[in-house]
Amino acid sequence: MSDLYTKSLSEIRTRLLAREVSAEEAVSSCLARIDATEPKIQALLNLQREEALATAKAMDAAGPDADKPLWGVPVTVKDVLCTKDVTTTCGSKILGNFKPFYDAYAVRKLKEAGAVIIGKTNMDEFAMGSSTENSAFHPTRNPWDLSRVPGGSSGGSAASVAASQAFGSLGTDTGGSIRQPASLCGCVGMKPTYGRVSRYGMVAYGSSLDQIGPMTRTVEDNARMLQVIAGHDPKDSTCSERAVPDYLAALGRDSLKGVRIGLPAEFWGKGLDPEVEAACASALNQLKDLGAEPVEVSLPHSPYAIAVYYIVAMAEASSNLARFDGVRYGYRDADADELLDIYVKSRSKGFGDEVQRRIMLGTYVLSSGYYDAYYRKAAQVRRRIREDYEKALSQCDVLCGPASPVSAWKVGELTDDPLKMYLMDIYTISLNLAGLPGLSLPVGLGKDSGMPLGLQLLGKAFDEATIYSVAHALEKVTPSIGTPAGL
Amino acid sequence: MKISPERVAEIAKLARLELDEDKLSLFAGQFESILNYMETLNELDTSDVEPLYSPVMHSTVLRDDVAAKTAERDAVLSNAPQTDGQFFVVPKIV
Repeated sequence: MSDLYTKSLSEIRTRLLAREVSAEEAVSSCLARIDATEPKIQALLNLQREEALATAKAMDAAGPDADKPLWGVPVTVKDVLCTKDVTTTCGSKILGNFKPFYDAYAVRKLKEAGAVIIGKTNMDEFAMGSSTENSAFHPTRNPWDLSRVPGGSSGGSAASVAASQAFGSLGTDTGGSIRQPASLCGCVGMKPTYGRVSRYGMVAYGSSLDQIGPMTRTVEDNARMLQVIAGHDPKDSTCSERAVPDYLAALGRDSLKGVRIGLPAEFWGKGLDPEVEAACASALNQLKDLGAEPVEVSLPHSPYAIAVYYIVAMAEASSNLARFDGVRYGYRDADADELLDIYVKSRSKGFGDEVQRRIMLGTYVLSSGYYDAYYRKAAQVRRRIREDYEKALSQCDVLCGPASPVSAWKVGELTDDPLKMYLMDIYTISLNLAGLPGLSLPVGLGKDSGMPLGLQLLGKAFDEATIYSVAHALEKVTPSIGTPAGL
Repeated sequence: MKISPERVAEIAKLARLELDEDKLSLFAGQFESILNYMETLNELDTSDVEPLYSPVMHSTVLRDDVAAKTAERDAVLSNAPQTDGQFFVVPKIV
């Protein structure tokens, strides 16, 4: 039973419900895997070893509950999500000692579904970054090659899942932070439609962009997790009241006959690494073999998406992060002796460079005299970007393209050039501006790099089911990429 | 657009941050290249475009305005750097 951690979430769930495996055994297997892999990849910020084992034992004593779709399944959660009585740092020193007295909605739903949360995953500070090198605590390494980054900002969740430390993890995606690390680590990552999952209890970065979503090793596992966390929450006014469809029911199809796959010209040209292009083109051929019909489409404003994104995200970040003032929670500098001094010193010592950079740029673009030139302008182009998507998706069922222009890069390679790092999100970012759903799934290993490569499937608002349907059919005919070579 | 270290210091003050000289110079250079990149948006004529500030496509869901206790005082104060058991404590202001 020592290799239980290698199973998929769906398989372990079946075995748990059949009592072939106890919750304690499932948790113990993951904890042993964490002990073996964590010194190399450092995917976690904290581990609830004793608490998870105690929870599992209590669950075993009560017996399996078929009404709980994740009964006994060990999972990890990105440290941006509040967990009751467990440290929630958001990868920042300013929240280094913060223990929320409540659970985020998505965390509560996981617990109600019977999942056992065994640890919180590392992340770029306040989800600002594309490599998980911006964590205030330590960088995370890619399980496939320890000299490379796992992507970001949900790099801890991606590495945790890829290294089989847990059967699934929750990440968050503001500009690609689920899909890009999923691509770089060989996982399946879903960014749901904005409003599909409540953001209550998530430490906000860019409020009009942030979405919580599952990261897993298979498409089916992903659908199971989204089924649990999706749905209306009155505590988040941006959360939709729409009914949640049965995502698992969408997974049955073997043929994609009649499915139109949109190929945005802007996603398949200049700037794409040849090995990424080859893997994605091969996956596209498999989609065609399954009966899907390719359709040429265009997203003409996508070249402007990065500029729009960073203006919007930084503006929202400067506002959201104003709450960190050293008064009600978080770090307070001991040398400060008057109120303004508390704010300034606590923030200056508590926030890292990337966070300070984004807060200041956000302050600048919102300041008097620049608001119209930057923020309003960006919001206007944002509408154009969404209109592009609406037009493209009126011609097809899903859009398809690479998730990242390159495979995982070396640790430290881009840290001195923030703009170059920002450009790594070029294929993911526009979707967040439009508020639409997208999934990245592994489609092979790079011919030159040997690293995982991901294909992205993007869909209409609240149509995650079609994305899962196409992704699952593709996954079934795509050879497995195997297990991480770096471990 | 030219961004000077002095300009960065002004922005830092507005953002309740303070930076040393090295950081001011570093950020000035980085801000310049990032803001210049953002200037690419000026290629587009958006004079007739209504801004999109949120992708939410539904109207705000309202609930009945009923008072309810959502948290205990001790829980709210539990993470504060300094309290007197009843309130958050900050240095004397006046």
